[in-house]
Amino acid sequence: MKKSLFDQGYLDEQFCQVEDLQDEASPNFVEEVVTLFLKDSGRLMSNIEQALEKYPRDFNRWDAYMQQLKGSCCSIGASRMKNECMSFRDSCGQGNVEGCMRAFQKVKREHAVLRQKLESYFQLLRQAGATGAATRSIK
Amino acid sequence: MSIGAGAGGGVVAGLAAPAATGVAAAPHVLAVDDSSVDRAVIAGILRSSRFRVTAVDSGKRALELLGSEPNVSMIITDYWMPEMTGYELLKKVKGSSKLKKIPVVIMSSENVPTRISRCLEEGAEDFLVKPVRPSDVSRLFSRVLP
Repeated sequence: MKKSLFDQGYLDEQFCQVEDLQDEASPNFVEEVVTLFLKDSGRLMSNIEQALEKYPRDFNRWDAYMQQLKGSCCSIGASRMKNECMSFRDSCGQGNVEGCMRAFQKVKREHAVLRQKLESYFQLLRQAGATGAATRSIK
Repeated sequence: MSIGAGAGGGVVAGLAAPAATGVAAAPHVLAVDDSSVDRAVIAGILRSSRFRVTAVDSGKRALELLGSEPNVSMIITDYWMPEMTGYELLKKVKGSSKLKKIPVVIMSSENVPTRISRCLEEGAEDFLVKPVRPSDVSRLFSRVLP
């Protein structure tokens, strides 16, 4: 499943860098970082949604919020979501309200898909870990 | 060891300093970033490089900690933060007789040459473009903290 996340472009090499930081001292590091990302990105998207409504055509504000979200995406290797964040910022730079709205919908979709895929991925890892432990205990 | 939110939105991670064994304590690095994700990642990178890490979410909290914790070997800070930018934190550190010798490294998700030169002119040791990699940290710290 992990390979498909990379092959389909949801994740990039930065995710591997985060995985490499997981060790015996921090055995759940990746899942903890991803959990932080999903929580933080949800908050940032909510900020952006409110800003799109409350501050019409405030491209500087919209862009500043999206810059934060893009940064988080980069940090964990959320590649497709990062690309949609960049599209949004491009539209801000062009003063294109429609473009921003369309791009934001894509950001939200990518976030939802990524969340679902990552949650499934960690569920599988936990099951594999439990199976491995059970196998070792039987032996 | 796990990541968790500490007081003031901070994250504390890293090895405990060994006591009475004759082994030097691990250098203490203060990481400053308003992004919880980036704080976790930079703390993880520093921990894997065997540093003692304190991670805080603002320049204000960084200065509070620097006022009470005398043994910070290096500060690594994000550039764009609300209320006090990493550049403003750098200026405060370099403007303080107590703190000016602490090396400061700036991180930013944007590669802006004027921003980089401004930070270096103000006394930053280096400027890292995010996402920061373990190899960036190794290269930098071996130079600054031999």
